[in-house]
Amino acid sequence: MTDIATMPRPVSFGRRLKRFMADRPLIPLIILLIILVVILQILRPGILNERWIANTAKFAIPLAILAGCQTMTMLTGGIDLSVGTVATMSAFIMATQIVNQDPAVAFLLAMLPAVLIGLINGIGVGVFRVHPLIMTLGTSLIGTGFLQVYQRTVIASGARIPDFLNWLGTGLTYGFPNALLLFVPVAVLIVFMLNRTGFGRLLYAVGDNERAARLSGVRYWQVITALYVLSSLLAGITGLLYIGLIKAPSLSLAEPLVLPSVAAAVIGGTSIFGGRGGYTGTIVGALILTVLTTLLTILQMPEGGRRILFGFIVLFVTAAYLRIIEDR
Amino acid sequence: MTTNPLLDATGVTKNYGAVAALRNASLSVLPGEVHALMGANGAGKSTLVKILTGAIKADAGRILIRGQQLDVRSPADARRAGMLPVYQEPALIPDLDVLSNLRLTGTPVEPFRAWVRELGIPDLDIRETARHIPLAILRVLDLARALAVEPDVLLLDEMTAALPANLAEKVLEVVRRQGDAGRSVIFISHRFVEISALCDRATVLRDGATVGVVDIEPGIEERIVEMMLGIRIEKTLVAARAANEVAVAGGGRPRLSVRNLQLGTKLNDVSFDLANGEVVGVFALEGQGQDELFAALAGSIRPTGGTIDVDGSPVKFSHPSDAIQAGIAYVPGDRAEALAMQRSVRENIALPFSAAPRKWGPIRMRREQVVVSGAIGRLQIDTRAQGEVQRLSGGNQQKVTIARWIAANARTILCFDPTRGIDVGTKQEIYKLLRELAGQGKSVLFYTSEMEEVQRVCDRVIVIFGGRIVDTFPVEEADEAALMRAAYGLPRGAKADVGILAEVKPGSSAEAAS
Repeated sequence: MTDIATMPRPVSFGRRLKRFMADRPLIPLIILLIILVVILQILRPGILNERWIANTAKFAIPLAILAGCQTMTMLTGGIDLSVGTVATMSAFIMATQIVNQDPAVAFLLAMLPAVLIGLINGIGVGVFRVHPLIMTLGTSLIGTGFLQVYQRTVIASGARIPDFLNWLGTGLTYGFPNALLLFVPVAVLIVFMLNRTGFGRLLYAVGDNERAARLSGVRYWQVITALYVLSSLLAGITGLLYIGLIKAPSLSLAEPLVLPSVAAAVIGGTSIFGGRGGYTGTIVGALILTVLTTLLTILQMPEGGRRILFGFIVLFVTAAYLRIIEDR
Repeated sequence: MTTNPLLDATGVTKNYGAVAALRNASLSVLPGEVHALMGANGAGKSTLVKILTGAIKADAGRILIRGQQLDVRSPADARRAGMLPVYQEPALIPDLDVLSNLRLTGTPVEPFRAWVRELGIPDLDIRETARHIPLAILRVLDLARALAVEPDVLLLDEMTAALPANLAEKVLEVVRRQGDAGRSVIFISHRFVEISALCDRATVLRDGATVGVVDIEPGIEERIVEMMLGIRIEKTLVAARAANEVAVAGGGRPRLSVRNLQLGTKLNDVSFDLANGEVVGVFALEGQGQDELFAALAGSIRPTGGTIDVDGSPVKFSHPSDAIQAGIAYVPGDRAEALAMQRSVRENIALPFSAAPRKWGPIRMRREQVVVSGAIGRLQIDTRAQGEVQRLSGGNQQKVTIARWIAANARTILCFDPTRGIDVGTKQEIYKLLRELAGQGKSVLFYTSEMEEVQRVCDRVIVIFGGRIVDTFPVEEADEAALMRAAYGLPRGAKADVGILAEVKPGSSAEAAS
């Protein structure tokens, strides 16, 4: 920094605070999370214990991984609405195939539709330039349709949740949810990938300015195809984790997570227009949404009122957060 | 001078994060005056204009119009107060036709048409969608649109940049008459020729503060340059062309050999060679096929005919990455096309390194840091605001686009008008850099819209007119008159045609030569 930048001039406390937060966008999010937890503790004293924290983490983790899919695709200016269907398919296939198959075979069968849908999404968006919203919505509907057909063929054999997934989804070790064993490496990998690998750089570059990326020799379709396959794979794994948590395979298992996963990424500061954001914010975003859900549940409001309030809070938080971090 | 200023801005301050774009800028414009606003890259000219026209808000400062304190909060406020800008980037909405664009801003159509004709475009179809109109014409339309509402103060930001000589001439004429009619014009330009022909006074900015206001008179250029740079600089031609000998000595196969290149109706039978260690200039009026030539060589579009040989072997590019593989890098004229604006200087420079799938793995950060800072140092990029490229000044952004290919060590660089709208100091640095690259045996193809650059940088110049190469000059013969004649498609040496030239461009060569 030279003389111009550090020139002393009167800056109000509010402005300094704003700039501080603009430079560290994670801080306002964490503050918000703490505020929510404090409110919860005031409304229901004593709720804040080890068990509650572990439980919150258990429910936040699948959301956070799916929100990771959204973060990565949103960085390129896209979105992946098929994550819910993909997660459901993997979960459902796993639960039904495990009955007659070797676990490894069942796992591979469960991941197969994930790879396929990711590949189709990637080719559609990257090669044929279909808008990601339409593309992933389309494959999501197609996937659900196939799943319904599949369900009829396995109706006789029934379903079972593998013990391992049960352990992973709900188990605790020394008070820590076992799901962290999956989540921590995934989160570290995503953060590392976005910040320190060539592929991560390209996600940002493609989302920021596709022409510039092209002129630098980047082939758009390669990046996009790899991205959507990766996103689908993550969604498939999330499905396996989620079935271990929910324990009731159904055809709309992970569907309710789709829009919250988008919301978590947006609250976490990832721009839906691409080129801006990161995964750490998304993780906090997922935690905020999970705590918020708990908070609204203990308010004992009717379901409708809860949803209205949830929507308003998400809108308000996102708008306020963008104002804080965008220093203009 | 007892008249009160029409516009009087004092103490204007604007900060972007930790970077001060304007510290203490002032500007005072008298009625009927054409007032130049000058300054090096990042001195704050564009910022000041944006504040005056309400596009952004100042942090501090006072703006008086006809003695009235004015609080400009939006472009509409500025418009009501009689201040209208024409920015560097075209402002028409690309997907609407011209007429709808006029309606959108409530611009009267007939005066607009009159001005368009006045500005040298006799046959504009106002039903044409803005997207399909060439950049140069769009800028003229922006100007006509501003003129049509008869503003008291017209702010022109690099109005003649990217304009072909014939249109620029008309624009200058119209601007001069605005002043004569009692209206004021604030004129931002890097071209002294224009300023001395046009302006009454100049305000000079440096590092966001006004450092002087001078009357324009013969010989004032040196003082203005001194004020802009804050130090005394010697105006020198770029160092001798040792590279010429390299090119000859290197001999053998040309680096790039283009034969009978054809691209629809845009390019016809274009053939030329580019040797190692050579800078070949391309000179042309707007829209003569130079864009297509560069795009074809960069792999952005496929030619419909002809061959391109690199180092003697034929190549077919289907994507820019093919060209990059062959060591050919393209620096587009429009910086917004080349940069990921929200990303850092470092990431922008290192972008080509990650392009190929086998480079998608972990980045070796330390090695990258060394390469990138080498390129930053070589181009002397001001990295105060390096977190986001969009916070850099135009000239520094342009340097980043070039630094990328220095870091990638490209053997051939295709530079398309790299000095458009940037200040004298940076221009000099770019000229010097291109010569150095040639000195190291690299080759450069250099399109420019400014004739004097040809002599400063090139070994040879090819002139394109109507999609064909109409002439090739060694640099010694490429004086401005010869280039201009060739660019208009006039045969070399036919002196009888001088009358035509004089009619098209009255007095411009005389001015330019002074």
